[in-house]
Amino acid sequence: MSSHRLIKPGLIGVALVAFLAFPWVFSNPTYTTIAVFTLIYMTATTSWNGFAGYSGYIPLGHAAFFGSGAYTFAVIAQHDHLGAGYGLFGLVPVAGLVAGIIAIPVGLVALRTRRHTFVVITIAIFFLFQLVATNLGITGGSSGLQVPAPNWPGATFNDPFYYVALALLILALAGSWTIRRSRFGLQLLAIRDDEARARGLGVRVGRVKLTAFVISAIPVGMVGAIYAYFVGQVFPQFVFDPLFDLSIALMAFFGGLGTVWGPALGGLILEPLQQYLTFTYSVGDLYLIIYGIIFLVVILLMPLGLLPSVTSWIQRRRGGPARASPGGGGAASTLRAEPESGP
Amino acid sequence: MTSLYEGLIDGVLAGAVYALMAAGLTLIFGVMDIINIAQGVFVVLAAYLSYVLAAHFGVDLFVGILITMPALFLLGIAVDWAFIRRLPARDRTTMSILVTYAVAIIVEGVLSVIFGVNYVQLHGWYVQRSIHLLGFYLPDIYLFGFGMAVFLMAAIYFMLYRTRFGRSIRASLQNRQAARLIGINVDRVATLTFGIGVAVTAAGGMVFGATTAFNPNSGYDLISRLLSIVILGGLGSMAGAMVAAVSMLVVEDVVASVWSPLWSEVVFFAALVVVLTLRPQGLFGRSFSRAQ
Repeated sequence: MSSHRLIKPGLIGVALVAFLAFPWVFSNPTYTTIAVFTLIYMTATTSWNGFAGYSGYIPLGHAAFFGSGAYTFAVIAQHDHLGAGYGLFGLVPVAGLVAGIIAIPVGLVALRTRRHTFVVITIAIFFLFQLVATNLGITGGSSGLQVPAPNWPGATFNDPFYYVALALLILALAGSWTIRRSRFGLQLLAIRDDEARARGLGVRVGRVKLTAFVISAIPVGMVGAIYAYFVGQVFPQFVFDPLFDLSIALMAFFGGLGTVWGPALGGLILEPLQQYLTFTYSVGDLYLIIYGIIFLVVILLMPLGLLPSVTSWIQRRRGGPARASPGGGGAASTLRAEPESGP
Repeated sequence: MTSLYEGLIDGVLAGAVYALMAAGLTLIFGVMDIINIAQGVFVVLAAYLSYVLAAHFGVDLFVGILITMPALFLLGIAVDWAFIRRLPARDRTTMSILVTYAVAIIVEGVLSVIFGVNYVQLHGWYVQRSIHLLGFYLPDIYLFGFGMAVFLMAAIYFMLYRTRFGRSIRASLQNRQAARLIGINVDRVATLTFGIGVAVTAAGGMVFGATTAFNPNSGYDLISRLLSIVILGGLGSMAGAMVAAVSMLVVEDVVASVWSPLWSEVVFFAALVVVLTLRPQGLFGRSFSRAQ
């Protein structure tokens, strides 16, 4: 009975080593480029899930924070006494902080509404950000901003970005895991399951939601900054992209909304897929169709996502009671009509 | 001062068309608790259909509506049957947002595969012409669009308040359980309502396509406006949607005429944010959750 308790930490350890070794094994820049984007999305979706999965409120406007982080980085990096190089990564936390600060008024406005209105208002706020970025002078308008590029050798150019992104992913996962196990996380889950009752039990609902919302914005802002530095230029339509929101939502749902590892897993599977589709089928946005279909399949047929489904399949194989994964009890009740037995 | 009046008139004329499309969206929500994100891309689809009818078959744009409206009605019913019906019962509204968003990007993908990403615009003799009234130039297309929108909204009103089917819709809107108890086939009403809600995008799409250059990506801008209008007016309230549509469009066009077209769109969303901060349920929305 005790051996299988080591499986999960064992898997995580193996995964960590694999991730750390990846650029050494697959040093081809094409692969590491895809890897950097994958890490960025994994971090973003894990962070998004930290709010959406645990509270049950689904924001579809986090691209606003991604873009804010990207622009913060780009605007500050424009000053020429800051040379391009490793030091510029120091702006990444700054970008995250700015995103977090921006998330405060956004959250205050958006969280006043009911759940479905909340989704819509986050979409509207996102478009507001996109419009402002396109029209405002400081952000370069629709021609965007350039970010100074470091002169690292071509063969290993991607590696620093990879490791910084990996560090952020670990940070996001650690944060998600910690929240999940904390009293704060319990309050969020209570809000997800029955907000009125949670309020009646003394949970400071407004404060908890806003805090979680702001916390979820920070890593997204940070990966936005990494994206800006990696790509070298910031255009409003790319850093404020509605598909970004859809992608991270899809990844979270696919992997398992409300679980700690699910969204990252979803990102790990779906982002390389998206990159592959964009390279192969660059004609006519075909990947939009495929993405939409995957989304529909996941929502309608597999609403729990991959991780909870796989975990409960494993549980059933072991002969134990069929139950969703540790993080899935609440996610299940959000998405299924009948109540779940067991935690 | 003339620019102020110009903005006002443009806003009212365009507002009526948006009101029609927003009315469809809010009706769908009111009866089904579904937020149809695909409404924007359906408008674009309708515009493309009108384009095909006009460019390849020489069908006049307004006449073409007689074809595109039933087509979109059927599409709405198909989407409802295929996807909306299969939504899980818990958190239906939030799930409907994700599902219809997925449908929207599929349709957008299909449109861009078929038509490419180049901008297109609909043409007709009334698009370029305008009448000169009281010192203002009123483009014919706006006037016709306004007239058509008013006619269709009156038709919807008539249907809702003077026919038996309309009464079923209103009953389902007020209290679904009770409606079921008195023998109304709520599921069928819901499906037909979804069809109607989508069908009105045919008319809106034609006017939109004639007044704006569009491509498959134009759906995002449309849906964000329609959603803002519907939320501002209060989800589920037809009157609210109409008032909000005209108001928002007037504000936007006045700002565009008097100040700058660049910032007019920002004002649109900023207005939404302001109103929601002060009154989260929208202008005509209910502040308590619906009795079921």
